[in-house]
Amino acid sequence: MAMDIIKGLNTTLRELGKKPTTVSYPEEKRPLPARFRGRHVLHRYENGLERCVGCFLCAGACPADAIYIEAAENSEEQRVSPGERYARVFDVNLLRCIFCGYCEQACPTGAITLERIYELSVTHPEDLVYHKEQLLEPLGSATRGSLDAWVAPAPDQTPTPLPGRQGFFDGLEASAAAVGQGDLPAETEIMIAGDTGDPHDTGVAGEEK
Amino acid sequence: MGIDLDIHGIQPGEQTNPWAPVQYVSNTQTPRAPRAIDRPDGFGVLLTQVNKILDWSRSSSLWPATFGLACCAIEMMSTSASRWDISRFGAEVFRASPRQADLMIVAGRLSVKMAPVLRRIYDQMPEPKWVLSMGACASCGGVFNNYAIIQGVDKVVPVDVYVPGCPPTPDMLLHGLNLLQEKIRKHIPSPPDPLAVTGQKYLGSEG
Repeated sequence: MAMDIIKGLNTTLRELGKKPTTVSYPEEKRPLPARFRGRHVLHRYENGLERCVGCFLCAGACPADAIYIEAAENSEEQRVSPGERYARVFDVNLLRCIFCGYCEQACPTGAITLERIYELSVTHPEDLVYHKEQLLEPLGSATRGSLDAWVAPAPDQTPTPLPGRQGFFDGLEASAAAVGQGDLPAETEIMIAGDTGDPHDTGVAGEEK
Repeated sequence: MGIDLDIHGIQPGEQTNPWAPVQYVSNTQTPRAPRAIDRPDGFGVLLTQVNKILDWSRSSSLWPATFGLACCAIEMMSTSASRWDISRFGAEVFRASPRQADLMIVAGRLSVKMAPVLRRIYDQMPEPKWVLSMGACASCGGVFNNYAIIQGVDKVVPVDVYVPGCPPTPDMLLHGLNLLQEKIRKHIPSPPDPLAVTGQKYLGSEG
């Protein structure tokens, strides 16, 4: 009889000494995975210029049509981004957004990343349309965001195209000078792998002069 | 809990913000009339205190009606499971009958055919009742911008809290639930009924 009770309480007694599995959420946040995709953040270069050059690639890649951009031309007096254009309006409708990260993959300059910001609930849906002023990181900070988390090679089981270091010039590694503002000194003279710096060298193997 | 509830609808023309955006409403946003939250005045000291107790007890025992429509329901189930444990907020009793429920968590995309059913279940819930729109599809249609999906359940029922995500993680849903609890405790009324405003009626609904 007594043995039956102990047998029946076997699981209960075994679990008594263990910690609860519950994460008491508002007080204690769970450790998020490195590639967690939350709210978008627009990044800057070290010299304060915006990384976004208004190329519309993220808006084109977005499956939910959640990104709305209006681009404007940079001028010498007012330079916002190192490229020809900058995003005058950059709205992300986070209610439409499905946080797939395609915009991050499409971005040629690493301007937009999905960060680990997830507490986004609102009482009014129009508050979830984030404008450029809310998305842009503050002046003076030039972070790469979650791009570094995506640099690590993916497991072999998932051979997906990932943004990040490819071993050649892909814009993410480049400074503001390399992207388009030619009057700024470049940090590295040679930015393309295998480039000798000779403008007449086409780089094609076997072509000898 | 640093939830700011004093977010009013952006009024075009107000230039108080030096960072005022050039365009206020995104082109990809479903157009909605801006709503302002107004708190009703108290009815004297005694009733105000009673209201506070009522609001606290209502916010601490939100019984959701099960309305899992799609993949968001998996995350909703996960929220009620042991790791997230929605019962810490008194919301663990998912009711199969709308007559015993206070909160409707619309988890998933709402098709046009399902809309009368949703409205009927909402009408069967006793007052006071709240609606939490979970996920991109329930809130505004998400990727399914087509003829078959209602572009936001706020076209059918008044929605109190919008939770973005596809699907929202359990933390996001709990954040939305906490926001709703805070809204109830502050006695902020639900938005007006979208069907009562337009005088429309869904076939099969009781409203």
